[in-house]
Amino acid sequence: MTSFALEVECVSFAYGKKKALDDVSFTVKPGQCTILLGPNGAGKSTLFALITRLYDSPTGQIRIAGFDNRKQPCKALADLGVVFQQPTLDLDLTVAQNLKYHAALHGMSRRQAKRRIEEELERLEMPDYRTSKIRSLSGGYRRRVEIARALLHQPKLLLLDEPTVGLDIPSRQALVAYVHQLAWKQGIGVLWATHLIDEIEPSDELIVLHQGTIRARGIVNEVIEQVSVTTIGEAFQVLTEEATCA
Amino acid sequence: MRLMHYLRATNAIVGRELLRFLHQRGRFVAALVRPLVWLFIFAAGFRSTLGIAVIPPYETYILYEEYITPGLAGMILLFNGMQSSLSMVYDREMGSMRILLVAPLPRWYLLSSKLLASTFVSLLQAYVFLGIAWAYEIQPPPVGYLYVFPALILAGLMLGAMGMFLSSFIKQLENFAGVMNFVIFPMFFLSTALYPLWRLQESSKLLARLAQYNPFSQAVELIRFALYGQFNRYAFFYTLVTLLVFLVLAVWGYNPSKGMMKRRKG
Repeated sequence: MTSFALEVECVSFAYGKKKALDDVSFTVKPGQCTILLGPNGAGKSTLFALITRLYDSPTGQIRIAGFDNRKQPCKALADLGVVFQQPTLDLDLTVAQNLKYHAALHGMSRRQAKRRIEEELERLEMPDYRTSKIRSLSGGYRRRVEIARALLHQPKLLLLDEPTVGLDIPSRQALVAYVHQLAWKQGIGVLWATHLIDEIEPSDELIVLHQGTIRARGIVNEVIEQVSVTTIGEAFQVLTEEATCA
Repeated sequence: MRLMHYLRATNAIVGRELLRFLHQRGRFVAALVRPLVWLFIFAAGFRSTLGIAVIPPYETYILYEEYITPGLAGMILLFNGMQSSLSMVYDREMGSMRILLVAPLPRWYLLSSKLLASTFVSLLQAYVFLGIAWAYEIQPPPVGYLYVFPALILAGLMLGAMGMFLSSFIKQLENFAGVMNFVIFPMFFLSTALYPLWRLQESSKLLARLAQYNPFSQAVELIRFALYGQFNRYAFFYTLVTLLVFLVLAVWGYNPSKGMMKRRKG
């Protein structure tokens, strides 16, 4: 049995001749929040598309909870929960209808789905929103529903692709705190893609991705030390600037 | 357990499509207006100029309205099937298609379920149209309404699969206008929906031949014969084979390692 929620090994990807990812390797442990930090166009969304099998990774290997996502895609995807950057809820359907749809796609029975929906909505402090239409919810609540949906089938790995886009500051802070707690308490491996440094906690594992390559990796303080600066903001600036000039 | 997973997923995909359809009443009305305009206005105007000889499955001379009714039912399937599949382009841009594609089931199965779901929606519309046509005194034998059910499903699946294949390599929703002009209209006008093959043969042998090989013609003939309680074997197999070909192509198009998704930047 593997001890990693996610293993990415020597993955490269190109759009035609343009390289989007070059020999990317890292792991995400259960119970750990790993931040994939990179400016726009760094290759974060491409990496997510490869992990979720929306794109194929002809080179390298990606394993989710030990399952190769090319050789055993169904088993790998069964252990994966995703919150995409774009909203993916059906606006005209209710919270419960959206969640039930996802539960059925993961093979859950009606009873199981009902129980899990109640549990997740309770945990997100929105049990009264079951019958609310998504259209009537604020951006922050919509994101919460998407997180509840991603967790319904109790995945071992949770991917979040810039989930705070379009949220106000309190909603962002609440989401960051919630996901970190989730990782610690539930033992879920979290991979959180962002370009906002204030979403990083000191205990997070950090991967700085720029122009398709990993520029630095480690716990936040280790990355700061590697670059010989004092803050993560400076480290990010140095790592992405150097690469641009090189 | 695995079988139950498959069934639950299909049930959810079909249920979601029907729910979405019920929430979009405008889409339902728009889908009905198009064939009704053809039936009430176009067919009435052309009734005097286009005489229809006695051709199978008809056993007597018929009015032009009666001739084009199966073609207009096919038109609903054509427009709706293509539109549903092409809405996947929108879904893909907006993300909800991603939720479907990351479900832990084989991609061919998910796409087939999606196809089935959109066909059910088309089927509802086609039956409502046939009901209105019945009130307009276009009344095939009652058993025809039963026989036409599998014919509409097969034709709807085939046209939806074609749309799905097209959607796998259309990058943006704007390209739908191109599909209308280059696929839907030529398919519709170059078919037996509006005029029988022998009529077309009188004016151009080439056009008649193209119409004969047009899968939409065969889908319309399958519907026409079924509506009059008859089975058109050639049209059935032609439609079935075309469905399989387009379905294989669509699955290939959505396969991340082989199809067009591979070359698309997301």
